[in-house]
This record gives sequence, C-alpha cells and structure tokens, in this order.
Amino acid sequence: MLEGTVFRFGDNIDTDLIIPARYLNTSDPAELARHCMEDADPTFAARVQPGDIIVAGANFGCGSSREHAPVAIKAAGVACVIARSFARIFYRNAFNIGLPILECPEAEAIAPGSRVRVDLGTGRITVVDTGAEYRARPVPPFMREIIAAGGLIPYVKARLAGGR
Amino acid sequence: MGRVPQTITEKILAAHAGREFVEPGELINARVDVLLANDITAPLSIREFEQLGVPVFDPAAVVLVPDHFTPNKDIKSAEQAKTVREFARRHDLPNYFEVGRMGIEHCLLPEQGLVGPGDVIIGADSHTCTYGAIGAFATGVGSTDLAAAMALGETWFKVPETLKFVYTGKLGPWVGGKDLILRTIGEIGVEGALYCAMEFSGPVIESLPMDGRFTMCNMAVEAGAKNGIIAPDEKTEAYVRGRARRPYRVFASDPDARYKKVYEFDVTGWEPCVAFPHSPDNVRPVRAAGKIAVDQVVIGSCTNGRLEDLRLAARVLRGKKVHPDVRLIIIPGTQEIYRQALKEGLVEIFIEAGGAVSTPTCGPCLGGHMGVLAAGERAVATTNRNFVGRMGHPKSEVYLANPAVAAASAVMGRIADPEEVV
Ligand code: SF4
Repeated sequence: MLEGTVFRFGDNIDTDLIIPARYLNTSDPAELARHCMEDADPTFAARVQPGDIIVAGANFGCGSSREHAPVAIKAAGVACVIARSFARIFYRNAFNIGLPILECPEAEAIAPGSRVRVDLGTGRITVVDTGAEYRARPVPPFMREIIAAGGLIPYVKARLAGGR
Repeated sequence: MGRVPQTITEKILAAHAGREFVEPGELINARVDVLLANDITAPLSIREFEQLGVPVFDPAAVVLVPDHFTPNKDIKSAEQAKTVREFARRHDLPNYFEVGRMGIEHCLLPEQGLVGPGDVIIGADSHTCTYGAIGAFATGVGSTDLAAAMALGETWFKVPETLKFVYTGKLGPWVGGKDLILRTIGEIGVEGALYCAMEFSGPVIESLPMDGRFTMCNMAVEAGAKNGIIAPDEKTEAYVRGRARRPYRVFASDPDARYKKVYEFDVTGWEPCVAFPHSPDNVRPVRAAGKIAVDQVVIGSCTNGRLEDLRLAARVLRGKKVHPDVRLIIIPGTQEIYRQALKEGLVEIFIEAGGAVSTPTCGPCLGGHMGVLAAGERAVATTNRNFVGRMGHPKSEVYLANPAVAAASAVMGRIADPEEVV
C-alpha cells in the first residue's frame, strides 16, 4: 500500500517536460531527478517528497523513448504515477525499470495536494480526507510478472538461467 | 480452418512469432531482425545488458549510431559516446557508425540497407517507426527493452489494432509527406492513434517518393502510434534493391483485413501547413499563419533531412538571401546525403544564400547543440516535435513545417508560403 501527496499535471505531459533533452548528456538518476518535470513545473523537484504521487490526464509520457523520463520520476522519489492514459513507450519503460503506474479513467477527479492511498495489487485508489474511491485498470499479468521479478533485467536473467 | 484476414502489421508480427496469424490485443514474443540505439539511449542499454553477463545474440543485428550530441558537444556527451564506441569494440559489432561515416539514425539505416521490408525492428528511439515506410514493422522501445532483446533476440509486443488512412485526390504545389502527416495528426490529435498501427495507403501515397513516405511514418509516433507502415510497391523495391544486406520479404494487407477505423482524406486543395507551438496537432495552413517573425530556421532531422528535402529547400533558396534577422541552419541527414547535396550544387546554393551547413547530427532538433534557442526566440523547423523547450529555452517556440515553407520563412524573416518567394 502506498500513501502520498498528489502533484497534478494535465494532458499530454511529454518526455521533454519530464526531463528536458538538454540534461540527457548523463544517465545518472540523481542528476536527472534534480531536473524532473522542470519545464512543466520548475518548483517540482524541490517540493516533491519521497512517496508522493503524480496524477495526470491523457497520454502521459508521450514523445521520445527516453527511459530517462521514468528514471527521473522514480529517482525524484515519486512512488507511483496515475494517469488517464499513458504513451506506450513510457508505459513499457516504467514497468521495465520498476516505476509503478496505473491507468485510471477518473484520474482527473483527484485534487492536487490531496493525500491518496494506492493499492497496487487491486488498483484501488482512496482519497484519505474524503474517502472517495477510484479504480485503476488492472495491470496485465505479464507486467505483474516483470514487477514481481524486480524489473525486466532480473526477469530476463531468471529466464536465461532457467533455459527457457 | 479458414484463412484469417490480416493487416500488413499483423502478418509481419505473426511471421516473427512463428504463428499463422495474430489478433490485436494479444501479447506475443517476436523475433527481432534489427536493434538500434544512439548515444543517449545506448549507454543505459549497455549498463542493463552487462548485468546479464551474456553475449549479444547476433552482433550484426545491433546498430549503434552516435548522432544526438555528436560530434561531441561537451565532456559528458563525449563520455557517453565513448561508452557506446567501447561497447561496439568489445562485442565486435560491425554496425557501429562513427562521426564522419554516420548520419541521423533514421536516415542512415534505410540508406545503408540495414533494414528491409518485412523486418521487425526495435530501436531505443521513438522515431524508429520511420522504417515502416519500406514495409517493415518498426517501433520505439526503451533502453531496458533493448538490452533484454540484445540478449534474447526477441521481445514481447502487444499486437496493435490498425487505423487505415486512405489518401486520394491531387497534391497541390509545395505539398508533400510532411503536410500529409501534419494534417492527419491535426485531424486525429496527438493521442489519436495511441497504441495503434497507422497504415498509410491510397493513390496519393503511391505517387509519393520514398523520402516523403519516410517523413510520414517518422511522425506516426506524434499521433501516439506504435508504428506507421506503407505496403511496399515498385518504388520501395527500387529503393531497396542494391541496398538490402539481407533477404527481405514483402507483405501486404488482405483486402478484407480488419481495421479499428478507416479514415479517407481527399487531399485536393490541401495547402502547405504549419504546426504551431507547443503540439504537433496544432496545425494551420501556412497562409493562415499571420505575421510571425522568426529568429531561426532549421532544415534537417530524421523527418526532413533527406535529399528530396534539401532539393526542395534549394528550389526556394536559389538566388535568394536569408533575411538579415534569421539564422538558417541546414543539416543533411547522412554523409551520403551531404555528398550528394554537394555534387548537385545544393550546398553551394545554401551557403550563397547565407545559410550554415553542418555535418549530420540531431543537434538542434532536440535542443542539444548547433542551434539552441534563447528565451523568447522562435524557430521554424522541419523537425517533428514542437514541445515546450524542445529546441532550447522553455520560453522559446518551434513551428513545424515542410522544407519549402522553412526555406521561404528564412528568406522572408517570418512564416511564409513558398509561393511568396519563388
Ligand atoms: S533528428 Fe530529432 S527526432 Fe530524429 S532522432 Fe534525432 S533527435 Fe530524434
């Protein structure tokens, strides 16, 4: 169970907003985290606390394939991203690097600054103050296997070791 | 059991999954023919791959192109490029392309015959979808996906539903692949093809040169698509013949294939258009742009850095001068394109007009180097993204257009229709 404060963003939050290309001359997660969401909200990196949650509209993570985007979000301490929908490469990348993400059609009903509890297993999202509940789409079983293994690389390692 | 009608995307995926047919929505494991990464994404892939402690499944299948921040723009970029170079040496990868012999990846791979019709190609770069123009299934993935596939020679896909786009009518002057795709994205929006395949077809596509087809498939990802694809025809065969390094296989959609949706566009009367900041679907005809002064014009990138694009720009710039307030930067997509542009006298025309011509690089397209914008500056670019901060300062603006519009804007000092100049 995760619990954190919500940072709200709109539709089509692209990878250039999540981590501008001018910072891509490194792949150091801590350095990427310092510039996370910089062009969408320059104060984000300074304000975000470990365990906080990003909530956004449609097509979150659109644009480039840069894995630096979910890496920056994860390294900034964000516990989970909830959005109405995700761009497909971002969706794969997030699972592969172990950043939990949830697709929730009602994501935009969750107010900025509210405390929410997220049950990744069931996809239940609860707003602590109001008790309002939302349901996220269930995570496909294959994705759950990857998460259970600790990401794609450990998953592949196990697969190689098992000779499958 | 009866025949199952399939789209070209479904057929290619089925063939690589060892299956008769596949259904949209299914998760499959598919063999990959080519894997691509660049100087930004490869270092992450390499870090992940080396944890596996296995050899690359097929060294010839891995293509590494340092093109984003090269020639190295600073020390950190130099370190990243070095990581890629050393990895290529250590694993004896024949398809590493060094500065001076390289190009922007999505111009380079088709030109060098590294990708062919019927291939499955994954690249740690979102514009990998470009290769759909030769009838391949090509899609962008992240660095970790690429690392896993370098070890396994396969990856998983969710079979996409296909959206079919049929273009009929007659293309107007100065209207090309860039305008077709911008208008299309303008119609369906930047999430209009989310998770889907975009299949481009119809008489207008058949008449479109290969370079225009690459431009269209390149920008499929800007509508959220997983891949863009065009069935191979004689033009494709003529392009691929003499280049292909491996046998290839031509697929086509069955006439009764199932589509999520079919869009029909009559392009008669379509004009050159411009995507306004800060979204590729914010599209207007260039003549409705109003008086928008520009500081910089960039002609290049994996979208419009090919020979046809440079020829088009030269037709507009011949005998003209770049407006005193404008910096015109022209970047041929590959060394080969650069050489051909020299031979045809295009580079002469550009320099004569007052433009700067650079060695192949992504450079300004992603606000990397070679033309980064300051706060409040505006650029017209033939690139594919005009997100906030894409070409530099978050308070700068990028307008996307075709090479003729870009060239005309460089001359006029404001967004302009080529007709105003030629
Ligand atoms: S030219 Fe631009 S869009 Fe194309 S690969 Fe380079 S940075 Fe990406």
